[in-house]
Amino acid sequence: MSSEQEDLKETDTEERFAFKKEESSAFKTEKGLTEETIRLISEDKDEPEWMLERRLRALRQFKEMPMPTDWPGQPDLSEVDLDEIVPYIRPDIDTRGGVDEWDDLPEDIQDTFDKLGIPEAEKKALSGVGAQYESEIVYQNMQERWEEKGVVFCDMDRAVQEHEEIVREYFMTKCVPPSDNKFAALHGAIWSGGSFVYVPEDTTVDMPVQAYFRMNSEGMGQFEHTLIIAEPGSEVHYIEGCSAPQYAAFNLHSGGVEVFVKEDAHVQYSTVQNWSKNTYNLNTKRAIAENGATMEWVSGSMGSKATMLYPSTILKGRGATDNHITIAFAGEGQDIDTGAKVYHNAPNTKSTIESKSIAKDGGRTNYRGLVHIADGAENSSTSVECDALMFDNDSTSDTMPYMEIQESKVDVAHEATVGKIGDEDVFYLQSRGLDDDDAKKMIVAGFIEPITEELPIEYAVELNRLIELEMEGSLG
Amino acid sequence: MARLEIRNLHAEVADDEEETILEGVDLAVESDEIHALMGPNGSGKSTLAKVVAGHPAYRVTEGEVTLHLDGDEFDEPIPEDKRTWDLLDLEPNERAALGIYLGFQYPAEIEGVTMVNFLRTALNAKFEEREELFEDEEDEEEAEEAGYDTSPMEGPADEGEVGVAQFQEILRGKMELLDIDDRFADRYLNAGFSGGEKKQNEVLQAAVLEPEIAILDEIDSGLDIDRLRDVSTGINALRDEEGSGVLMITHYQRILDYVEPDRVHVMLDGQVVMEGGPDLAEKLEDKGYDWVREETYGTA
Repeated sequence: MSSEQEDLKETDTEERFAFKKEESSAFKTEKGLTEETIRLISEDKDEPEWMLERRLRALRQFKEMPMPTDWPGQPDLSEVDLDEIVPYIRPDIDTRGGVDEWDDLPEDIQDTFDKLGIPEAEKKALSGVGAQYESEIVYQNMQERWEEKGVVFCDMDRAVQEHEEIVREYFMTKCVPPSDNKFAALHGAIWSGGSFVYVPEDTTVDMPVQAYFRMNSEGMGQFEHTLIIAEPGSEVHYIEGCSAPQYAAFNLHSGGVEVFVKEDAHVQYSTVQNWSKNTYNLNTKRAIAENGATMEWVSGSMGSKATMLYPSTILKGRGATDNHITIAFAGEGQDIDTGAKVYHNAPNTKSTIESKSIAKDGGRTNYRGLVHIADGAENSSTSVECDALMFDNDSTSDTMPYMEIQESKVDVAHEATVGKIGDEDVFYLQSRGLDDDDAKKMIVAGFIEPITEELPIEYAVELNRLIELEMEGSLG
Repeated sequence: MARLEIRNLHAEVADDEEETILEGVDLAVESDEIHALMGPNGSGKSTLAKVVAGHPAYRVTEGEVTLHLDGDEFDEPIPEDKRTWDLLDLEPNERAALGIYLGFQYPAEIEGVTMVNFLRTALNAKFEEREELFEDEEDEEEAEEAGYDTSPMEGPADEGEVGVAQFQEILRGKMELLDIDDRFADRYLNAGFSGGEKKQNEVLQAAVLEPEIAILDEIDSGLDIDRLRDVSTGINALRDEEGSGVLMITHYQRILDYVEPDRVHVMLDGQVVMEGGPDLAEKLEDKGYDWVREETYGTA
């Protein structure tokens, strides 16, 4: 009898517990993401306590912040299902992002790889299928040369272990704190992978540092963090991503990039992103430029369902310079909302922003930019040029170039154009022998020429080719 | 020897059926001939040029535009059943491939595309399109049955392409002929060109693309006397060097001092109402278009 009673009691307790669990999860707005999950990630990576603390603090901030919905004309984010995120980030669950077999990739992505002529092994690695590939060796060789100079280029997770003091000082503290925006907070909680680059004083890295080579390192892709520290007088060109489409099973990419450009240092950050067309691409990228430093952002935004990306530079030191070059392309069903932000917080600072966007088949591009010149940042100058080209009447292009000028002794230049591909222009080229498609391709290539001519040649070629492929409309 | 034949051509503005511009044009131009097409403003001269080239803003409601080829125009002999083309069935670029060229009154400005890149692309596109037009359909069918996209005899598409170096030679030659500055080649297509430079460029493009029939719409307007001379040299060379037929649309007698036409046509209210030799142009200069109206309708 007594044992029967005990059974009853136990059942009772379990039932009550289960009920309680249900109730508590129903109260949470983001029921998918819990402290437990974050602890698991951190533990799996064997992270120091402070990193776990940062992740947990970021998680709390993420939960407190509302989804951004009040920006004028912003992309619709209602389909970002954060409840679904857990299976893709928890190390104890096997089904992380990506697919296991090449054949499981959507056909349009397989197609693009084929058309770009990317070798089989790289295709698999880049698309998230399969393991490491031969380029790892190339990367290894480069790394040895850099190490002699004291340059560090490694996986962000490894940097937490091996360069703990530097990472602790710079990681999401002064440049992109998690409180910056909801997705920065999310990123701070669940970040994984990415690159750490450290260039010592007066050192020039004479070859672009490419994340391309190690795209398939663990935790690749979706929530990677990049931290670049260029000490005084140093110089480095970092290239992220490549034109090959990146397939992600979970539909959110939320990367974080922090760049520290110390006195008289020079950093160029180039990226071409081509996310699969189910992806929401919401990134936070920011640089801080000290006295006499130069920061350059080169961004090509292709692919994705919606992108919100506004690389920012804080011109903190006297005489610091920023250059932004952005190209965006939106096809059917895509909403590409990109731009640039520059804060002139010191005298004699200079910024130039050049943006070109192309919208086709009902796609939408928006240039959203902010130039802020603080009171006292005298003799600063800024030049903003944003041009948008539309293929047809179904497509939309907007420009929202905000200016906040609090100082009177400044030089501000701004130019914006929005236009449609002219029928007369197309006919002119057709009358010379080009067919309708080639005529339009030529007009688009000419439209982005001022930008592509500033890119490294192989990059320009890749970008042109990708835009051509997109225009053929054969990629779905 | 190519011959462009326009018969009873009627056309209206595509999105406005009320507006009829061509009311039955008859006109023919052959290789090795220069024809002048004259007439008052609004008589339909420019529309005729655009309709022949395939401009989508106009709809043909009646009539024919035919191109007859002899068979020896291009590198390969043309089979007999491919010598007559109904141009109205073809896309603008297909017409260009067969040798129709339109020199625009207001050429488009294309930023970011260099002249040399544009012209080489156009020349290669023309060759490629021509190859497709003259492909033997039977071969095609056979190839398809055998599981190929195109005839296996055809070889890779790039085979006949004019390379960068080769094209630069071609372009330099043509530019010398027309006394055009070397720097032209690297400028963006018509972008920031003066009115005169644009017209010169239309003639240069014709010289490079070597058309069978070139229609030049008001190629002489807005030119100073030196440039008028250069442009005229170019037009004469088109006939004398390339053997092209030229239909030159103009308001003025002036260019005819440098380019002597074999035939002169006069348009009025959407029709060609008068034809004659070079002396007709002089008569027009003396008597004006009112005289044409009188001759056509009986009274002024």
